[in-house]
Amino acid sequence: MITPILRTALISLRRDRAALALSFILPIGFFSIFAVIFGGMHDTTPRVKVILVDEDKSTASLNLARALQGEDSLIVQTRPSSKSKSDPPQPEYTATSAEAAVKAGDAPVALIIPQGYGLHPISFGGDQAGKEIQLLNDSSDQIAPQMVAGLLQKAVMTSMPTAMAEEGVKRFDQYIGGYTPEQRKRIDASMNQWRQHEKDSPAPASASNSGGGLVAVHARSVVGENKRSPMISFYAASIGVMFLLFTASASAGALLDEAESGTLDRVLSSHVTMTTLLTGKLAYNTLLAFAQLTAMFLWGSAVFKLDLSTHIPGFMVMGLCTAFAVAAFGMLLASVCKTRAQLGAISTLLILTMSAIGGSMFPRFMMPEAMQKAGLFTINAWAIDGFTKVFWRDLPVKDLWPQVSVLLAAGILLFLIARRIARRWEFA
Amino acid sequence: MSLPSISAASPNSAASPRSSSSLPGAIPLEVTSLVKRFGQVTAVDGLSLELNSGECLGLLGPNGAGKSTLIRAIVGRVLPDAGSVSIFGSPAGTSEARAALGWVPQELALYPRLTCRENLSAFGRYYGLSGGKLAESVAWCLEWAALKERAGDLASTLSGGMKRRLNMAAGILHRPRIVLMDEPTVGVDPQSRNRIFEMIEALRGQGAAIIYTTHYMEEAERLCDRVAIIDHGRIIAQGASGELVQSAFAQRSQVLARFAGPPGEIEAWVERHAGRLTEGVAEFTLEDSKLITGLLNDAASAGLHLIDVTLRRPNLESVFLHLTGRELRD
Repeated sequence: MITPILRTALISLRRDRAALALSFILPIGFFSIFAVIFGGMHDTTPRVKVILVDEDKSTASLNLARALQGEDSLIVQTRPSSKSKSDPPQPEYTATSAEAAVKAGDAPVALIIPQGYGLHPISFGGDQAGKEIQLLNDSSDQIAPQMVAGLLQKAVMTSMPTAMAEEGVKRFDQYIGGYTPEQRKRIDASMNQWRQHEKDSPAPASASNSGGGLVAVHARSVVGENKRSPMISFYAASIGVMFLLFTASASAGALLDEAESGTLDRVLSSHVTMTTLLTGKLAYNTLLAFAQLTAMFLWGSAVFKLDLSTHIPGFMVMGLCTAFAVAAFGMLLASVCKTRAQLGAISTLLILTMSAIGGSMFPRFMMPEAMQKAGLFTINAWAIDGFTKVFWRDLPVKDLWPQVSVLLAAGILLFLIARRIARRWEFA
Repeated sequence: MSLPSISAASPNSAASPRSSSSLPGAIPLEVTSLVKRFGQVTAVDGLSLELNSGECLGLLGPNGAGKSTLIRAIVGRVLPDAGSVSIFGSPAGTSEARAALGWVPQELALYPRLTCRENLSAFGRYYGLSGGKLAESVAWCLEWAALKERAGDLASTLSGGMKRRLNMAAGILHRPRIVLMDEPTVGVDPQSRNRIFEMIEALRGQGAAIIYTTHYMEEAERLCDRVAIIDHGRIIAQGASGELVQSAFAQRSQVLARFAGPPGEIEAWVERHAGRLTEGVAEFTLEDSKLITGLLNDAASAGLHLIDVTLRRPNLESVFLHLTGRELRD
């Protein structure tokens, strides 16, 4: 009796495309997304963008800059990118403009090599004789500053062997109470050989990360340093948008219930047109999504000390635009699907994929560049970017225009497509 | 339970059909040479009919005959491939036509999570009612459908009969002059059915013209002035119930009999008298009721033992089966 039961179940599964997709395509899709992000399947490993300001312009600082620029995992920028190729190059970053750029989210880290650094480039940990390199970072990205700090030590070790040796010789001279003339002569000869070797050598070869603090670095968060609960706004936005998408698609599914029960037919036989009906449902779903977001942020404010009260205009703008785009997305899904079951399967597949790529599950800066670009095709990415601007970077409402424009345009486009597809319900 | 009457209502009462702009002297409903195809299937095939003021027209037909497609074409939910539908002179689907029509679909087209009152208010608003007029219409409908006591209950918690009545109320809330009812008594008990009949009769009393689709012949005989039998998308007979019976059977009578005996003998006997055998019941149409004696004697001669026999005048169901046959359609 087991065989017929098994056979019946298999036939049912084969004919239920939604269940089939959920059973196979969804897990495979997710496995692939995670593999791309974490598995190093592609050679496009995430590269960290670093702004470099060399105020010293000494041999040591130039060597250090050259070494950092040679690192494959860093994108070193000394000046802002020109808007187009024909534009003249922008002036080099200064300490002030670099800090502003980190605050604006242009790069997660900036390194400032101060004037006088070249006099004592090597600190051998703890030594405060030399000038410290300033590392400015955005604390929403916990990985980039660690990575840059480590690579900085590596760059020092590989780019300035002579300076390191000279500093070591000086220290040893102090500890042992002075070299003999013979010793001094031999050391000088060796140091000259080192200098010649350094001059003749091209860019530094690869070396292991010493991690020993060869150069004095002072790290400072320039964004989020005064936040009481640094990552709450990020998670409220990212998780919020994902669940908003689920709610919106489920809520828009009422259209399918109404079509199935005959209520839609009855409504459309009254004075209500399809455009009126869909617009009404879009308005309802937008308000529902906005109410959900508000509830989530209020909870975050009450329980996790999210600073909502000083960001109300930005929250309102981003909340309404996100809710509108998400509601339109739900309407499109409902109009495309023929049954509730189909809607459930397709929406789960799409929303989880969008959330994974768009940054709702893990920050986009952790993803390979190609993945980060793909994320820009999701509502999640634009919404999260907008909320981050409001709550993390404390930017004014006018700076939200890219996110607002994209979300509104996406919402309008999705709704127009939904309206077009909904023609199938209008007349037989 | 008494039904609200016209005389009990105010001059602007919700109880009488609302006037709407229409061409003077226009026929309430005129369907002309209507054709509707779905792919290779012709659901309505050149069908024409008229509905007069205050008239109740019964639409009878087997499943898939084209009744529901016809109704949906009248309410503007189906675009015909040919022909036309005119409601008081306005084409189907126009706002004038929509205002004049009330549709009670076969499905329970209600919002299950809304109360009776909320459902009626919602559909009233969809038909452009508001304020005092909406409140008055809702109150009247609740009374008409005997749901006043359950006005605050969710539609999903109502019994089958109550849901049917609410479904009807939602279709006539805006006081249409033509009401289209698509099998409004499906799945209800005899008590609810009687109540629904009373509601329809009250509606007729107020001057509404009604198209009533049903599979229950006794309902059509009781409620309808005229009956149209539809099959394969065409009207194959129409007229008053008595006229249809007279036309199909004249003075003939029907005999239904059950016999015990060898199956071969029973079949041969039925064949000799031009009858037909359905599920063990032999059916004959006799030109004269006196001929039943010969029929039964012949059965006895063939060694068949009579179990029971019925002699009856043909009715609407006889006409229906006579015209549409007994084969299953779906």
